[in-house]
Amino acid sequence: MTDLLIQLIPLFPLLAVILNGLLGTRYSHDFAHRLAWGSVGLSFLCTVGVFVDILRTGTAHEVIAYRWIFGGDLTVNLAYLVDPLTCIMLLVVTGVGLLIHIYSVGYMHGEAGFTRFFTYMNLFMVSMLLLVMGNNYVVLFIGWEGVGLCSYLLIGYYYTKVSAAKAASKAFVVNRIGDAGFLLAIFLIFINFKTLDYTKVFAQVGQLSPEMATAIALCLLVGAIGKSAQLPLYTWLPDAMEGPTPVSALIHAATMVTAGVYMIVRNHAIFDLSPTAMTTVGVIGGLTALFAATIGLVQTDIKRVLAYSTVSQLGYMFLGCGIGAYTAAVFHLVTHAFFKALLFLTAGSVIHALSGEQDIRKMGGLKSKIPWTYRMFLVGTIAIAGIPPLAGFWSKDEILAHAFTNHHYMLYGMAAVAALLTSFYMFRLVYLTFYGTSRMDHHTEEHVHESPMVMVGPLLALGVLSILGGFMGFPPDQGWLHQFLAPVAGAVGEHEVSTGLVLTLMMVATGIALIGWGLAHYFYSVNPSMPDRLAEQFQTAYTTVLNKYYVDELYDLLWVEPTKKLGLLFDWFDRTVIDGLVRSVAQAADWAAAGSTWAEKYVIYGGLNIIGYGNHLAARQWRQLQSGMVHHYAAIIVAGLFLLAVIIQFIVQL
Amino acid sequence: MIEELASTFPILTCILFLPVIGAVVLWLFDDEDMVRTSALAIALLELALCVFVLLRFVPESAAMQFSEHVPWIPALGISYHLAVDGISVLFVGLTAFLTVLIVIYSWDTVRHQVKLYMMALLALETTVMGVFISIDLILFFVFWELMLIPSYFLIKLWGGGAERHYAALKFVLYTLLGSVFMLVGIVLLDINYHQWATLRHIEPTYSFDLLDLLSVPIPFGQQVLIFWLLFLGFAFKAPVFPFHTWLPDALFEGPIGMAVVLGGLKLGTFGFIRFSIPLLPDASKSQTVVSIIMALGLAAVLYGAILALVQQDLRRLLAFSSISHLGFVVIGLFALNFQGLQGSLLTMINLGFSTAGLFFIAGFLYSRQQSTQLGSLGGMAKQTPLIACFFLFLGLAGIGLPGTGSFVGEFLILLGAFKANWIYGAIAVTGVILSAAYFLWYYERSMLGPLGKAVKDSIRDLHPREILIASALSLMILWIGLYPSPFLKMMNGSVQALVDRLERGTVASLEPKQPVRVD
Repeated sequence: MTDLLIQLIPLFPLLAVILNGLLGTRYSHDFAHRLAWGSVGLSFLCTVGVFVDILRTGTAHEVIAYRWIFGGDLTVNLAYLVDPLTCIMLLVVTGVGLLIHIYSVGYMHGEAGFTRFFTYMNLFMVSMLLLVMGNNYVVLFIGWEGVGLCSYLLIGYYYTKVSAAKAASKAFVVNRIGDAGFLLAIFLIFINFKTLDYTKVFAQVGQLSPEMATAIALCLLVGAIGKSAQLPLYTWLPDAMEGPTPVSALIHAATMVTAGVYMIVRNHAIFDLSPTAMTTVGVIGGLTALFAATIGLVQTDIKRVLAYSTVSQLGYMFLGCGIGAYTAAVFHLVTHAFFKALLFLTAGSVIHALSGEQDIRKMGGLKSKIPWTYRMFLVGTIAIAGIPPLAGFWSKDEILAHAFTNHHYMLYGMAAVAALLTSFYMFRLVYLTFYGTSRMDHHTEEHVHESPMVMVGPLLALGVLSILGGFMGFPPDQGWLHQFLAPVAGAVGEHEVSTGLVLTLMMVATGIALIGWGLAHYFYSVNPSMPDRLAEQFQTAYTTVLNKYYVDELYDLLWVEPTKKLGLLFDWFDRTVIDGLVRSVAQAADWAAAGSTWAEKYVIYGGLNIIGYGNHLAARQWRQLQSGMVHHYAAIIVAGLFLLAVIIQFIVQL
Repeated sequence: MIEELASTFPILTCILFLPVIGAVVLWLFDDEDMVRTSALAIALLELALCVFVLLRFVPESAAMQFSEHVPWIPALGISYHLAVDGISVLFVGLTAFLTVLIVIYSWDTVRHQVKLYMMALLALETTVMGVFISIDLILFFVFWELMLIPSYFLIKLWGGGAERHYAALKFVLYTLLGSVFMLVGIVLLDINYHQWATLRHIEPTYSFDLLDLLSVPIPFGQQVLIFWLLFLGFAFKAPVFPFHTWLPDALFEGPIGMAVVLGGLKLGTFGFIRFSIPLLPDASKSQTVVSIIMALGLAAVLYGAILALVQQDLRRLLAFSSISHLGFVVIGLFALNFQGLQGSLLTMINLGFSTAGLFFIAGFLYSRQQSTQLGSLGGMAKQTPLIACFFLFLGLAGIGLPGTGSFVGEFLILLGAFKANWIYGAIAVTGVILSAAYFLWYYERSMLGPLGKAVKDSIRDLHPREILIASALSLMILWIGLYPSPFLKMMNGSVQALVDRLERGTVASLEPKQPVRVD
């Protein structure tokens, strides 16, 4: 029964993709969107069924759908593995996914490509489900590139916009860099283990040499960095905000970008063998968390601030993985899915209310005009800032606490500063958007309206999850989530940590968040001219951060432009050198032919003339064969071959 | 009774000669519609025969099947020997499939001398089939050369470019030059066989039959010499970098139908896996040969992809992406392990669908805009969503997106290369990034963004016949991508036999149980 449910989970959205994709234009939008979110709803119900079963029995399920690639010593099945880790991911993907699908019905209402949007969204669900459900690396990779494709399609949803089209291509290509690393990891795993199934690989992981473990882990990490937008491959995610807001919520916040974290946790047995790789993961996470947070401080596009915040929060998850706190990383993944989806969707609601305006400099004073959106945004902000008892506090604090108690003080420092910045820029958003006086133009202001129920409903649901979601991991390190994940992510709490220390760390974390809030309050409510004065005072620093440290420009200079130049150089080389050689060979043959014609004419014919005019005529006949017509040559070759064969046959028979 | 009839029925001969006989029949018609209909009927009948062969083909077997063996010039050991095995059987189906699509595509895009065009096309199909199913090397060579005649006329007479005469001549001379070396190689193989046969009193004393040639050992030095001779023949045709400069010209100047054949049917690399590697296993796996060919393959992957990045014309882009893809195929072949060989074989089939499909897309664009230059495209997704949709799908298939057949093939090639030497795999994998870059960048500039200035207002989306072509190819791509099992089963037996042969080398082939011969 459970096996059947597992097989059904990705099938429902697939069915919706096929129907909406092929026949979507034949029926009404109403039918199309019911099909779309209905299919995700059914997947969610199946997931709940599987979840209840695993909760009850505690056993993982492995289901083989069919044999996919095979031959020689390789067999890859299209098969699923559902264990506690997959279960958690499935609940997030289908649950949050369902809410975002429902929200999209309102948000995308009246769009020309309505059905196309839902087809892509469902295709994304299929890919994401395969990604988390696969029982081997290749199925994971189908999902991995599949979500990349859907991300491409949805970023480029407004395809007539040049910036959207460019952002889409950029996302795909940058992701492919990661994918190439991931592929190398898969090959290394196959060579070492002769199999690509998780269970078989992890069963014999002990025989891996530390160097090989490092190599595999680092290759995997390259893949994870690309997908989860970490340093140095994060540049595509802020640009990805060109897509419709529900896409940013679902793909670029809650699910797809967390795939890298999922992959590392899934492979933690390999990472655990390599201290080098672990350190790298942790440092990359910490640096990304801090780096992205600083850029978030000064951005003026509401979605871009949230995008940098996502990069930063993903950095926390990587940091958690890097210090071995896998459960904490997954915990933060889950709570982040709740509050970041909530933040994006409320931002979408703001944008919706303001007829498409995304610049926070042109907002302000919206608090009373869109009250539910405001409340939910505030909930999301408090959650992400890490103020108890909302969800973000528990998960973020757990990562911070692990960093501290495991003596990674450097990482702890980075994470703590990033937390301060997070709290600051998030409350900055709140103040600039909802407080103060309106900076909207008159026309927009008149049309401000609260979103319809179909959008507010999912907001409320995510709001509740953002408030209560942290309690799945309460008390810290001993919560329900930790018990549930223990078979996959390993038992935690080897260090006996005193309750006093835990409580102190919690208080420090809360204090940091509150200071961030206070600063934002001072800068943007009490003394609103302060930010501008500071920006003027630190002009260089300000413009550098505003321009995202010129990283995009640097990559253009380092990679994109040289590759194009190299292409042009090769193009020249191909035409002049290689083809030039070919042409000169042809030219030489031509000259040789002219020479031999001359020789024929004056030397051979001269001789032949002595023999007689008859022979000369025959020679002319022969010469006609050299007509330059290629088919003649071919015919002559065949005829000659035949003649040769006949002659030899004759000789042999003698 | 029917079984018996079926087993003795010379189906491969029918497949081989049906198109050319059909071409002669076409000659009798004057009405152009009649010509088109008959050409389609012949192509479809041919496809039906090929499907029959595919259905009755015994999978997971290395045996030569549907064998037909008649002496031709016995004194020279030349015979009319046709057969298919796991290596060649899929190409037979692919050729027939693509020919049907080309006939459908040419329905209204070829406007002058329709009869001659269809005749040339069908004659071409016969020669290509001959290349795939000939087991006798001379027979193979004859078809290999004959192929040039219809190709030459197709490019010269129905090409769209101003330089089509030059392109046609270049293509033919290039291939001819290569095949001269190849012929010498073939004769050397025969001489070697003759020496062994007379020494051991084996009948016949001369033979060009692949199976006979496989049964005698070849001294290593001789193998290397023959290997390079054959290599030139196959590499010029494939084309392998740096012998590729005829390809962009032929694909750009020639008609779309010819581009589909040249881009879709990988005859040159087929030659490697059919003849070079099995006949000359010791040379094929020698360090020097492997290093040189791997270097050429890797260079092709990167060189082709980087060149594709800067092309302004879709057909030239596809030509360079073909060169890049062929680099992948060569790498897979000379990884010389199961995954590499299997992946290369599958990739050759996949490219028959994806590259051919992209050339059809180029054709769709050409018939609307009279050009495949970027300058005459731009932002077309809005006006022609179906073109944009199929272009994207086929392009993604070309760059090996999971779910399409190319992923399975490319994954196996890379895995095989990585197994052979991780350096090869690590370099080749960068091709994955570059291919995404060149395709998506071109797609972005031609299909997305605001509508291009040169795009006609009256531009129409695909009509049913074009939709049929694009969807037929897309379905095949999805089939191989999602459920490649039938295809893999057909090739696995022969691939395993090839791997075994590579391991043993030629000397061990003297054991009586080798080679597998089912006549």
